[in-house]
Amino acid sequence: MKLSETIGELEAEVKCCESSLDRDVSWCYCSDLLSDVMANAKKDSIWITLQTHPNIVAVASLLGLSAILVSRGAEPDPETIAKAVQENIPVLTTKLPTFEAAGRLYNLLNG
Amino acid sequence: MEKGKKPVSKDIKHEYPIRGMDFVAAGEASSNIKHTLQLIGFAPAIIRRAAIAAYESEMNIVIHATEGTLKTTISPERIEIIAADTGPGIPDIELAMREGYSTAPDHIREMGFGAGMGLPNIKNVSDEFTLDSTFGKGTTLKVVIYNQ
Repeated sequence: MKLSETIGELEAEVKCCESSLDRDVSWCYCSDLLSDVMANAKKDSIWITLQTHPNIVAVASLLGLSAILVSRGAEPDPETIAKAVQENIPVLTTKLPTFEAAGRLYNLLNG
Repeated sequence: MEKGKKPVSKDIKHEYPIRGMDFVAAGEASSNIKHTLQLIGFAPAIIRRAAIAAYESEMNIVIHATEGTLKTTISPERIEIIAADTGPGIPDIELAMREGYSTAPDHIREMGFGAGMGLPNIKNVSDEFTLDSTFGKGTTLKVVIYNQ
């Protein structure tokens, strides 16, 4: 599935890297612990988190993640967006809490 | 080998300075190491392991030390990463290796670091793992990943 096909269901706002929404999404990982994501998130996943600081971009970039989805209405720092543009990692936001966003994505990816 | 010629090392060596508490630059050294490995053409699974080891080592320096370096030596057979810092050192290495144990302060933990997973993560992706530390002086971590 393409990242662009998940935006509507996730009620997501695209904060940067609109031109990279055609990348593949095959899975998802939910965590607010960076080392947990490093150890367990798979390539081409959407990472759902409440963390908003710039270092989330380094993690996503190193793992080859499709996008970062910041949940429950949290706003990424301006430095995070700047870094994401530099590393070409789409950052999305949603008002949905992590559980609901993940549930919707699970249904989409298994539909 | 022809007489009089010294063997030429084909190892690629890089050194990246890391500053303590610089969370904005944090991850850049690891990112550079990953790009180098991609350019050389290592398999994605090997690159992932090296990226995890590099990132966790880099973050350990950022979080715990005043300053340090990541040094990489890359050959077709192996990737070596040496993370050396001047900092507080680790008084009890066995305890530091325990999953879930961390000395990171609260404001670092709130950022999602300091879960006590960094060193175990590095060990899990390494073929060789050597941790040396002098309390009050600093820490040196050597990691080797074989290209197999």
